[in-house]
Amino acid sequence: MNTLPILSLIIFLPLVGAAMVLTIRGEAEIVARNARAVALWTSLATFILSLALWAWFDPANPDFQFVRTIEWIPGLGISYSVGVDGISVLFVVLSAFLTPICVLASWQAITERVKEYMIAFLVMETMMIGVFCALDMVLFYIFFEGILIPMFIIIGIWGGPRRVYAAFKFFLYTLAGSVLFLIAILTMAYVGGTTDIPTLMDTAFDPSLQYWLWLALFASFAVKVPMWPFHTWLPDAHVEAPTAGSVILAGILLKLGGYGFLRFSLPMLPDASLFFTPFIYTLSVVAVIYTSLVALMQQDMKKLIAYSSVAHMGFVTIGVFTMTTQGIEGGIMVMLSHGIVSAALFLCVGVVYDRVHSREIETYGGLVHRMPIYAAVFMLFTMASIGLPGTSGFVGEILVLFGAFQANTSVAALAALGIILGAAYMLWLYRRVIFGELTKENLKTILDLDRREIAVFAPLVAVVLWMGIYPNSFLDVMHASVDKLMLQAQPTVVQQADAAQ
Amino acid sequence: MTTFPDLAPALPELILLATAIFLLMVGVFRRTDDDGPATSLALVGMTLALIAVVFAPSEVGTTFDGLFVSDAYTRFMKGLVLLGALITLIMARSYRVRERMNQFEYPGLITFATLGMLMMVSANDLMALYVGIELHSLPLYVIAAFKRDTRRSTEAGLKYFILGALSSGMLLYGCSLVYGFAGSTSFDTLAMTLGHGDASIGVVVGLVFVAAGLAFKISAVPFHMWTPDVYEGAPTAITAFFAAAPKVAAIALFMRVLVDPFGGMVGEWRQIVVFIAIASMLLGAFAAIYQTNIKRLMAYSSIGNIGYALVGLAAGTEQGAQSVIVYMAIYLVMTIGTFGCIMAMRAKGQMLENISDLAGLGRTQPMVAAALGILMFSMAGIPPLAGFFGKLYVFLAAIEAGLYALAVIGVLTSVVGAFYYLRIVKLMYFDEAAEPFDRPIESEVSMVIAGTSLVILLFFVYPGPLLTGAAQAAAALFP
Repeated sequence: MNTLPILSLIIFLPLVGAAMVLTIRGEAEIVARNARAVALWTSLATFILSLALWAWFDPANPDFQFVRTIEWIPGLGISYSVGVDGISVLFVVLSAFLTPICVLASWQAITERVKEYMIAFLVMETMMIGVFCALDMVLFYIFFEGILIPMFIIIGIWGGPRRVYAAFKFFLYTLAGSVLFLIAILTMAYVGGTTDIPTLMDTAFDPSLQYWLWLALFASFAVKVPMWPFHTWLPDAHVEAPTAGSVILAGILLKLGGYGFLRFSLPMLPDASLFFTPFIYTLSVVAVIYTSLVALMQQDMKKLIAYSSVAHMGFVTIGVFTMTTQGIEGGIMVMLSHGIVSAALFLCVGVVYDRVHSREIETYGGLVHRMPIYAAVFMLFTMASIGLPGTSGFVGEILVLFGAFQANTSVAALAALGIILGAAYMLWLYRRVIFGELTKENLKTILDLDRREIAVFAPLVAVVLWMGIYPNSFLDVMHASVDKLMLQAQPTVVQQADAAQ
Repeated sequence: MTTFPDLAPALPELILLATAIFLLMVGVFRRTDDDGPATSLALVGMTLALIAVVFAPSEVGTTFDGLFVSDAYTRFMKGLVLLGALITLIMARSYRVRERMNQFEYPGLITFATLGMLMMVSANDLMALYVGIELHSLPLYVIAAFKRDTRRSTEAGLKYFILGALSSGMLLYGCSLVYGFAGSTSFDTLAMTLGHGDASIGVVVGLVFVAAGLAFKISAVPFHMWTPDVYEGAPTAITAFFAAAPKVAAIALFMRVLVDPFGGMVGEWRQIVVFIAIASMLLGAFAAIYQTNIKRLMAYSSIGNIGYALVGLAAGTEQGAQSVIVYMAIYLVMTIGTFGCIMAMRAKGQMLENISDLAGLGRTQPMVAAALGILMFSMAGIPPLAGFFGKLYVFLAAIEAGLYALAVIGVLTSVVGAFYYLRIVKLMYFDEAAEPFDRPIESEVSMVIAGTSLVILLFFVYPGPLLTGAAQAAAALFP
């Protein structure tokens, strides 16, 4: 097993698929069919490999596993170094899980430039998995930023009417945050003498320097998360992106911010993280309550789900910065759950959008009469989004609240208020779209989910229930690594006292 | 002392000189207007010179009484200059036939200019510096006005000449001040005299004038005014040449002058370099936003890129010098590739220069659009493309020298710059198709486009050779 570079295989297999799609020539119809097939099979193969990775992963070991290091850039000590620990391995699986679903969901929705579309998705899969595997700061940054190119193209070419505006806003907003992160990386590389992430986690940076580094990292991650008030790019990008683009955006790209806080801010800059915790709490609580209220008032379904994403991500940042085991594990669980649930909700919107070509809530109503299976599926994901026990959403949110109560009661109380608001906007959305009389003429002939769509939703339904009913299969994987993270996240003074004993 | 100078270190220059003189003879004796074998001869001469550069010894060799130096640094930079000149000359071939610019003077002037650039790179004395600069500038003034029956081209040539003469004057004045106060024109002697950091005010004033004169050649703000007009006015093939080789040679000379004779005065010149770097990055980013002509856009883009290169120079360290070399090498490839794409912009036999003419290129010319897209993302500094590594190196050098503010301004202007590079991608891929370009694109142009974009795209796979080469070159600059 140790001879097989499984991580590099998982990272670069989609890229190989993209190269294969690139070589497809011939008539447009045949090219489109072959491109879809190649993309589906490569992404499925990647997913199977990622399951093998999960199976081989040793949960008891808190360190990075499957580590591979190859010298890459001489002189600077930048290496191609990959590995996963209990925090990142599940995100690798999540990325590999969502990509084939995206390919399948775009099967009929995308009819133009299918070849380029599939290439963009496969390249993006390589970048996403690479981000979670990277053990070198510069390598991380390359994947982190590289995602912008395919996403920019996906929103810009296959997006809605205001796609150009949305694509530019998405690209420039995230780039502006990320370049400061680059400066922080270079500074840490210079002060710490390496770009190796595990080594830097054990490097104690001077507290006064930590504050600046932390703010630079925050600039990048807060935009990615996105935290209020840096979230304004998200509704635009979500609304204009094609369905599969929204799925990846909500499912994976938003997780990069939370993952960044976990991977860099907490272990490398513990003193600054402690110092800025009230700041994070404030922004997160505002995000949870304010964006929930904003979501309540949305007319556009995609926009509503986009704002609900901001609110859910508020839970993540609260959980992560409680610096308790429950809080951090809860934050990771919320991220994983939201990765599945928001992806599924965007797909639900996509289903009716493909049929009626409207995202306005007003154009729907009474869909349960014509689309019973759809109504049931949508119901499940609505409940999961609210955090009903037995669904994936519950586990993460309750853990975050446990953690928050230990750290700061008022934050926990305000966050709990956000859950109630979450129930309000989701249930209201569901009532307006699914229930009521079927009065609209164009809805009278609407068809229920076809086989392909059921194939898209079935795995999502299964995972949501699995995470809700038996969350331990996910939590067990992260325990050891989270405990190690907690040690690293202690303030430098405490760490030094421990070492002295 | 009347011993004959050792010619071995100057072998590439001698080859080019012989070629240039031979080209003149060919022109005189052929008595026809078209250039016939002249371009091929120039290409052969440049290739031979390139071979001589590649196989030159990397240890330090000086000749002509120390006026001329050859080491790993000059070898690397001359290699870049010759590559730039060669590729742009190849690329221009069918363009010149089509635009009736195929007089024999053209390759001759290019060869003389290239010879001047090699002299600049190897200059080890203020006099050699001046002679090199003039030898490279005078042919360029003429080439800029090469389409003498069009107003734009003659205007470009005249503007270039007047401002160039002014900058030469400043440079010469600075040289004379330095000579007057430090007592020598030799870089080695100057380095020894000024090495203690207690230079007199006269030398400082001289340094400012020399820096101003050289800043003109690299078109750094506030000496950039000629660049957009000359880029726009000169025929595209010539603009491609201007944007590539001379920039590398001028940066190489600028770096040599600041690091070698004025190395002890780093505290003085760093302020100047920091200022012109910031000004160039800002102007390059903001002024380009409103451009509609793609050649003007590239002019501002080159101003901005020079600003980034100067960020590395401002560090004043060996690491910084290496970053400048890496940056310029990548910049050279990106620029040549982009101008290749601009030369492919031709519809109904007319050259197109408006950015909006690129609309829908993703549909009408997918390969050119993909290549230009890669180049634009690379110019914007988005990983994993080569442009990102260039920026990574210069900003790292700045941070290691403690120039945090400079690095932060640099990355923020790169975000602004990303906007106009993305606009080109947007036009090509998001917009409806405009008039399709003439087909087929000449084979030499399409080869250049394909080659450069592949180099930029795949640079990350094997960055070692360029980086170690640049490291050796930088080490030679800091003995």
